[in-house]
Amino acid sequence: MTRKFLVLSLLFSAFLLFNTPQSFAAGSEEDKTSFIMHHVKDSHEWHIATFGHTHVTLPLPVIVYSSDRGLEFFSSTDFQNHETHAFGKEYAHEGYYIDEHDHLGRVDGASFLELSITKNVVMMFIVMILLAWVALSAANHYKKNGAVAPKGAAAIIEPIVIFVRDEIAQKSIGPKYKKFVPYLLTLFLFIWFGNLLGLLPGAANMTGNIAVTMTLAVLTFIITNVNGNKDYWKHVFATPGVPIPMLLIIVPVEIIGLFTKPFALMVRLFVAITAGHIVILGFIALAFIFESYTIGVVSTLMVTFINIIELLVATIQAYVFTLFTAMYIGSAVAEHAHDDHH
Amino acid sequence: MDLITPGSGLIFWQLFGFLGLLFILIKFAWKPMLAALEERESSIENALKSAEIARNEMANLKAENEKLLAEARLERDNILKKAQEASNKMIEEAKTEAQKQGAQLIENAKAVIETEKKAALADVKNQVAALTLEVTEKLLKKNLSDDASQKALVDEFVKDLKLN
Repeated sequence: MTRKFLVLSLLFSAFLLFNTPQSFAAGSEEDKTSFIMHHVKDSHEWHIATFGHTHVTLPLPVIVYSSDRGLEFFSSTDFQNHETHAFGKEYAHEGYYIDEHDHLGRVDGASFLELSITKNVVMMFIVMILLAWVALSAANHYKKNGAVAPKGAAAIIEPIVIFVRDEIAQKSIGPKYKKFVPYLLTLFLFIWFGNLLGLLPGAANMTGNIAVTMTLAVLTFIITNVNGNKDYWKHVFATPGVPIPMLLIIVPVEIIGLFTKPFALMVRLFVAITAGHIVILGFIALAFIFESYTIGVVSTLMVTFINIIELLVATIQAYVFTLFTAMYIGSAVAEHAHDDHH
Repeated sequence: MDLITPGSGLIFWQLFGFLGLLFILIKFAWKPMLAALEERESSIENALKSAEIARNEMANLKAENEKLLAEARLERDNILKKAQEASNKMIEEAKTEAQKQGAQLIENAKAVIETEKKAALADVKNQVAALTLEVTEKLLKKNLSDDASQKALVDEFVKDLKLN
């Protein structure tokens, strides 16, 4: 066990050394840790590795829509120094620039809508393609062989499908669960795959991005409230068993409650995944800050340990997001035979 | 890009990407998969149910067999008992019949003996009478000539009689 752990650590450290931008490590105190936030945030290019002064990056398309200029396509390399790959206002291109904080801006200050394929968008597409491939090949097994014992991809996916259907959907939603199983399955697997792939060295922190978690939370919010039945809305606007003067307080609280639920979903996933990445990278940064081999060894061991915990967190967060979604849907579609216990 | 400011591009792609993924997976993955799972589960349930039914039938059949066996056994015992009774009765009857016939035979034999005895006695009487007559006749004939010779003659005849 210990030996395996050490071997794993060594393997991770090789990956991490390969992926950590040495240029950050060589600079000032701030530069030594800035790669952490650089990794955690979204970017207009995918920085893979740096060898001396050579940056290995994947340039990504920058897509902008503005009412006066229409849809425009650029490359992320249009906005940066070709030597250092640094963004800055001085590298403006056709009226747009990407500042040093990786922010797209317009020189004349007019409003525009950014639709760029950023690092996280690419990551998201990778996750989606992988997920679609696994799920479709699993489904193919049933198409080919009928309702027989699972094999291959189906053997991996089937227990998850059964778990989501029986343990999450059926238990949290109740008798009307069948309609929501496909959404919950997609949600669970998307978050889970995203979390796991995000742990790979060099990968993007996609599920730890607030835009991604927000979109998922909004979808859950829409599905919950679109399916809300009479009891659900009655509970919000005329809570049974509450005296009318109290409704003045209760109703606003209930309405706020509608929004705090998806908000909590959004923040929980974002914080859990981002924090995990920051902790791992923080341990790596220790080696650069102290410039010591001993610290390097210790932090590598710690990184391996945290990485193993992160595997757990990846699964738990996917489960929690799906479970809470199911519970919110469950509360919206539940039939209350007796309202007196509210 | 900021940590807690959602980027519009990411929201856009995430929304449409996820909805697209949802659509594709629902249509081509989850629906066939869930249907196959349900089918398999129901087939397993049916198999278990039919096994249960078969087991019950087996138990019923066994119980019925046992019932039949018990009935057959009872029947056999009855038959045996009846046969025993019948044979006993027959033996008893045969015995009575034999006794009756024996008694009859003895009776008949006795009657025959009686008749024979009577006939023999009658015969003896007749012969005695005849002899007496003969002796008397011869005595009478002798008497006429000589008394002594007559007496000797009678003795002689009596001797003859004894010998006979």
